[in-house]
Amino acid sequence: MKNATSVSRAARAFRAALLFSAAALLPAAAGAWPSWMRLPEQASTYAPDIDNMFHLIMWITGVIFVIVELLLLVFLWKYRHRPGRVATYTHGNNRLEVIWTIVPALICVMLALLSRRIWDHIKENMPHDAVEVQVTGEQFAWNIRYPGPDGKFGTADDITTLNQLHVPVGKPVIVTVTSKDVIHSFFLPEFRVKQDAVPGMHTRIWFEGNKVGHWEIACAELCGLGHFRMKGFITVDTQEDYQKWLAEQAAAQTAEAPAAAAAGAPAPATAADPAKTVAEKGGSS
Amino acid sequence: MSTVAKPREVHHAPGVHAAPTSFWRKYIFSLDHKVIGKQYLFYALFMLVIGGLLATLVRYQLAWPGRPLTFMGKIAPDGMPGGVMLPEYYNSLFTMHATIMIFFAIMPILIGAFGNYVIPIQIGARDMAFPKLNMMSFWVAVPAAVVILWSFFVTGGAAAGGWTSYAPLSAIQPRGQTLWLISLLILGLSSLLSAVNFLTTIINMRAPGMTFFRMPLTTWALFITALLLLLALPVLSAALIMLLFDRILGTTFFLPAGLVVSGQPWTNAGGGQVLLWQHLFWFFGHPEVYIMILPAMGITSEILPVFARKPIFGYRAMAYSMCGIAGLGFIVWGHHMFQSGMNPILGSTFMISTMVIAVPSAIKTFNWLGTLWRGNITFATPMLHALTFVAMFVIGGLSGVFMASTPVDIFIHDTYFIVGHIHYVLFGGSLFGAFAGLYFWYPKMFGRLMNERWGKIHWFLTLVTFNLVFFPMHFLGMRGMPRRIYDYTQYTHLKGLQGMNQLMTISLFVLGAAQMILVLNFFLSMRRGRVAGPNPWHANTLEWQTTSPPPHENFTGRIPTVYRGPYEYSVPGHGSDFLPQSEPGGPAAARTHA
Repeated sequence: MKNATSVSRAARAFRAALLFSAAALLPAAAGAWPSWMRLPEQASTYAPDIDNMFHLIMWITGVIFVIVELLLLVFLWKYRHRPGRVATYTHGNNRLEVIWTIVPALICVMLALLSRRIWDHIKENMPHDAVEVQVTGEQFAWNIRYPGPDGKFGTADDITTLNQLHVPVGKPVIVTVTSKDVIHSFFLPEFRVKQDAVPGMHTRIWFEGNKVGHWEIACAELCGLGHFRMKGFITVDTQEDYQKWLAEQAAAQTAEAPAAAAAGAPAPATAADPAKTVAEKGGSS
Repeated sequence: MSTVAKPREVHHAPGVHAAPTSFWRKYIFSLDHKVIGKQYLFYALFMLVIGGLLATLVRYQLAWPGRPLTFMGKIAPDGMPGGVMLPEYYNSLFTMHATIMIFFAIMPILIGAFGNYVIPIQIGARDMAFPKLNMMSFWVAVPAAVVILWSFFVTGGAAAGGWTSYAPLSAIQPRGQTLWLISLLILGLSSLLSAVNFLTTIINMRAPGMTFFRMPLTTWALFITALLLLLALPVLSAALIMLLFDRILGTTFFLPAGLVVSGQPWTNAGGGQVLLWQHLFWFFGHPEVYIMILPAMGITSEILPVFARKPIFGYRAMAYSMCGIAGLGFIVWGHHMFQSGMNPILGSTFMISTMVIAVPSAIKTFNWLGTLWRGNITFATPMLHALTFVAMFVIGGLSGVFMASTPVDIFIHDTYFIVGHIHYVLFGGSLFGAFAGLYFWYPKMFGRLMNERWGKIHWFLTLVTFNLVFFPMHFLGMRGMPRRIYDYTQYTHLKGLQGMNQLMTISLFVLGAAQMILVLNFFLSMRRGRVAGPNPWHANTLEWQTTSPPPHENFTGRIPTVYRGPYEYSVPGHGSDFLPQSEPGGPAAARTHA
C-alpha cells in the first residue's frame, strides 16, 4: 500500500516534471524568444535532432545552474558572519559524496547515449541513392564539383562551380570534403553541417535539405588572411530547378572550355581534380 | 594517518644556501623560491597587461570592423596602415592574445608565482629541492617572452595561425610562426624544470608530520599540475620540433602529398599527416586546460575554509577528484577533433570519456557548497574572488557539456560558443582564482595588506563587466558566428550581431580600466598598506605561522612539526576558531581527523 502510493507519487512527479519542461520549451519552439537567443532557421532533416539535443542540454544545465547559484547565494546570506555565530564543525559526509558523484555521472552518461544515437544517424549511416558532390577548399574559395551525366568524378563532363552549391530539395546529398592547401571547415549553419576540409583526406558527409531557399556557406576553420571572406552560397532547389541549373552550368562550361584552353591557364575551378592528384601522390609516397 | 608521522631527519641543516647580500644575488639571480615566485608574479602581470591590450584591439575590430584607430597607425604601421586593421594583423592579434594569456600570463601566475612562493612554505620546507634549477626555470622563461614579443617586429608580423597553430597553415605562415615555435620550446623547458622541482620538493621535503593527506589543497593541486606538466609537455615539445623541422629543414611530418598553395605545388610536401599535429597538440592541450584550472581550484579550496571558518567539506574527495581529473585528462583530447574528419566511432568514445570528466568537477563544486553550508562567512576580497571562481566556473563547466555532445558540437564547434566557454574557464575560473590568490597571499609576500575597499570595487567592476563581455559570446555562437573571424559583417546571416559585439567591446573597455585599480592597489599597498602581521586571515596552514614576509629559509629556528590537517576551523572546545597545523595539543575532536 505504502509502496503503491509512493510509486504513483513518483509517477505523478515525473509527469509533472515532463509537463513543466514541455511548457518551458514551448516559448523556445514558438519563437517567443528574441532571435539572438535562438538557434538559426532549420533547413535540413537532421537539424531538429541536433537542436533538440542542444535544448535538452540547455534545460538540464540550466536547472543545475540555477540550483547551484541559488544555493551559493542562499548559503552566503544565511551563513554570513554575525556576532556570536559559530560555524558547524564537520569534515563532510560520505553518503552525500556518493550521491553527488553518481547523479552527475548518470546524467552525463544518459546525455552521451542520447547524443550517440543522433551522431550515428548523421555520421555513420550514409544514405543510398544520394546526389554526390565534391567540395574542395582552397585559400579562399570553395570549389564545387558535380559528376555530370556519367555519374563519375574526374571525367570530362564534370560540372564545376566556384562558391555555388545547388542541391535538390528532399533528396540526400553526399559531400566529399577535402582541401588543396590548408584546413578549412565547410559550415552550413542552417543545415547544422560542419566538416573540416583537410588536405590529404576525403571526408564523406551527408545532409538533406528540406526547404527551398538560399543560404551562406561559411569557412569555420582559420585558413589565413582571407578566412573571413571565404564565403560560399548554398541553394536548395526544387528538382526541376536543380536539373535546369545543372544543365545551364554544363552548357556554360562547354562554351568556356575552348577559351580557357586557348589562354593556356585553366581557371582554378576547372583545374585537374585535386582529390585525384592527392590520392595518387599519397599512394606512391 | 591520525598519528604524527615519524619525525624524519631534517633534510638539510639550516643554511641550504646562505642569505645573499649583493643586489644581483638577492633580487635578480636569486636562489630563494620567494624571490623567484615574485619574479614570476611581475613577469605574469606584465604579460597579462600585454595580452589584455591585444584582446582590446581584437574586440575593437569586432565592434567597428574597419574603423581606423589613428594612433595604432603610428605604433603598428605594417599591421594597421593609417589605423585600419589588416586581416593578417587581426589574425596575429588573437593568436598572440591567446598564446600570451595561456603560456605567459595564466601559467606563470598560477604555477610560477603561487607554486614557487607557496609550496615550500606550506609544506614546511626551507626552499625548493633544487634552488639553482628553480632560478634557471625563471631565467629560461624570460628569453621565451622576449622571443614571442620580438616576433611582432619581424617581416610578416607575429604568428597568425591561432594558438593551436594547426598545420599545414602553420607550416606555410611567415617567419613569426618560427619564433612562436622557438619561444614555446624554450618556455616548455622552463615549465619542465619547474615541474620536476615541484614534484621532488613535495615528495621529499615535507615537514615532520606533513603527510600527503595533511597537505593544503593548494599544494595538492600544484602537485597534480606538476605531474600533468611533466607528462604532457614533452609531447607538445616533440610536436613543436616536428613543425619547426617542417618549416626550416624540409621534413613533411604534417604535410601530405599534393599540397597546392596559391596555385603552386608546395615544394616540400608528401607523406605527412595533417591530423597528426592535432592529435599531438591536443594530447598536450587538454591536460593543459587542467594545468591552468587545477591551481585555481586549489586556491579556492584554500580560501573558502579560511573565510567560512569551517573545515573543507570532503577533503579526500577533493584530493581524489583532482587525481581523477589528472587521469581522465589524458583520454579526452579527441573532443577537440570531433569535426576534423577523425573516425566518428572514435568521436563517440571521446564523448563518453569527456562526459565522465565532468564528474570530478561537479564533485568539487558540491564540496565547495558544502564548505559554505553552516559556515561563518566573511567577505574579504580574497573570499569574494574565490566565490566568484565557484560561480563562474559552474558556467564554464556546464557550457562544456554542450560541446561534449558530438552532434551538438557539429553546430557549435569553432563558433563563439567555444570562445565563451574557454573564457568562463580561463578568466572566470583561472584568472579569478589568480586574483583570489593574489589578494590572499599579498600580505604574506609583501608584509602589508592590499586596500580592502578598492579591492572590493575592483572585484565588483570586474565581475559585472566580465559577464557582459563573455556571456553574450554564447549567443553569438548560437547564431553561428565563427571564431577567429576578422569581419563577420561579410555574412548576411551575421550582420545583425554588430550591436551585441559593440556592447561586449564597450564592456571590455570598462573591464580593462577597472584593472588599473588593481595595479594601483598592488603597488601603492607595498608602501601604504596596513601592516599584516604573520597571520592576518587567522589561517591554519604553515605559511601563516611565520613572519610576513617570511625570513630567508622561511622559518626562524626549527622547521615546524605538523600535528593535523590544514583546515581545522571552529573546532568545538578550542578557544579560538582556528587551530594551526603546527600547534601541538588541541581538542580531541581535531585529533581524530588526519
